[in-house]
Amino acid sequence: MGMTMTQKILAAHAGKVTVQPGELIEAHLDLVLGNDVTTPPAIRIFEEAGLETVFDPNKVVLVPDHFTPNKDIQSAEHCAKMRRFAKSHDLDHYYEQGEPGMGVEHVILPENGLVAPGDAIIGADSHTCTYGALGAFATGVGSTDLAYAMATGKTWFRVPDAIRVYLTGQLAEGVTGKDVVLHLIGQIGVDGALYQSLEFAGPGTEVLSMAERLTICNMAIEAGAKNGIFPVDAKTVDYLKQYAPQRYAEQNYTIHQADEDAVYRQTITIDLAQLRQTVAFPHLPENTRETGTFEAIPIDQVVIGSCTNGRLEDMRLAARWLKGRTVAKGVRLIILPGSQRVYRQALEEGLLAVFADANAVISAPTCGPCLGGHMGILAAGERCVATTNRNFVGRMGHPKSEVYLAGIPVACASAVLGRVAGTDELPD
Amino acid sequence: MNIHGKAFKYGANVDTDVIIPARYLNTSDPDTLAGHCMEDLDPDFIRTVTKGDLIVAGPNFGCGSSREHAPVAIKASGISCVIAPSFARIFFRNAINMGLPILESAEAAQSISTGDQISVDLSTGRIVNETTGETFQAQPFPPFIQKIIEANGLMGTLKQD
Repeated sequence: MGMTMTQKILAAHAGKVTVQPGELIEAHLDLVLGNDVTTPPAIRIFEEAGLETVFDPNKVVLVPDHFTPNKDIQSAEHCAKMRRFAKSHDLDHYYEQGEPGMGVEHVILPENGLVAPGDAIIGADSHTCTYGALGAFATGVGSTDLAYAMATGKTWFRVPDAIRVYLTGQLAEGVTGKDVVLHLIGQIGVDGALYQSLEFAGPGTEVLSMAERLTICNMAIEAGAKNGIFPVDAKTVDYLKQYAPQRYAEQNYTIHQADEDAVYRQTITIDLAQLRQTVAFPHLPENTRETGTFEAIPIDQVVIGSCTNGRLEDMRLAARWLKGRTVAKGVRLIILPGSQRVYRQALEEGLLAVFADANAVISAPTCGPCLGGHMGILAAGERCVATTNRNFVGRMGHPKSEVYLAGIPVACASAVLGRVAGTDELPD
Repeated sequence: MNIHGKAFKYGANVDTDVIIPARYLNTSDPDTLAGHCMEDLDPDFIRTVTKGDLIVAGPNFGCGSSREHAPVAIKASGISCVIAPSFARIFFRNAINMGLPILESAEAAQSISTGDQISVDLSTGRIVNETTGETFQAQPFPPFIQKIIEANGLMGTLKQD
């Protein structure tokens, strides 16, 4: 029986020729990630177990990004605990606020050249699945798994079945990778891919940019998936050449292809050309509707950024739709470049000036508002359009607030019009 | 291991943001977390839960964030077991890794109501609704997972090695 891409990567990391869906394996890991929410409990577990060393100081990555810049004393203590651990274990990849490589974890790991095709990565953050965009296997775990993996460089997996998502055609103007993944989640539901891989395939994959692939894989978890993964093509290799030049030069990566006779639970075909700008209504990412199909919904806030849509391409797209426009009276637009690198480049390209001219708040790179942590919390009854990834009850603040998930163009149009809207509703 | 308590019944897709809202994630103290468990979904939960009680819910329980604080909060609140037709995969791992028993049973999840007295034999997966007299059979864990449970969680297996 043929194997999927995911199954091949898992087999390679378990020292096996083949694996079967449902099989329990122990896999070696290429990278282990934690953030300031999940790492402090992992450090406690690590130390309570009497462990003294990490398996490889070059392969344990710690990123303070959720409650940073430190929101309050408790957050500061959490971050300090992580900082001390990173220092005492001589970790190569700890990214302090303001350093060139700092930012939101799933924005910076690919940017800092820490992800390559064929890698097996776990992170104590559910959106670790983002890295499937580069043809890697990456999935989220909790703090105990993080502690165990920091010590051993290994973890256990149940080999997943897969859903094949076959993409054809090209996206229409103003339609983005976010619309692709929202459409997919709307179709299969928030548990539609539970315990399974989402394996993207077909000619449509090649027309999507790396930023769009990262956005799509980022939200695989919102369909319950273990991971999302794209085939490796010329764009992937170009990305590697730019961001991981050493691994590119040393050819230190492996391109796995799904076997032609790989078995999938189902195949879902999506013609990209048929997709329209899509919004996920409260309180589940599966509650999707296309713009123009609902009554006016007034909003109070718009958030642009996050591990889903905080990359340079997202900032450029936001500037394209905000240029020469201003935010509607009574609406707060908060823009968070996803990393220091994105921030600096946005500065150099004049994008931040466009945002300031549009009356946006420009924030430091942080996960803050996405999880209702800080930097943009909603009051009771307030509504927000966000380019983030979750719209659960209370996700961005008060349990009686509402989050509408969308791509960058819809977020910009909504900010300008003061209601949930597509770009075709903007005046010329 | 036998469990006995009253059921708290919830719907589908109970996410980790309602189990423990992110605004409390700047602590990892189990008792502090337990004090806010389920508060955005059921503010009465933490006032009425007693040690040994069970949560019974719809499919995809624990979806969303990877925060281990969610099963930690549930366990520290006194809940002894969660029964649902399916669990989000990271929650599933986290619950096993830190020793919160969970059982998959669509029939039990559908049939049990809030307030029913439930008993569970974890070694056999047998669930009894003592209020209605109904019994249900859940799949016991596979041997690999049983080894982790017997070691009192994943870190216990490391000590054994």
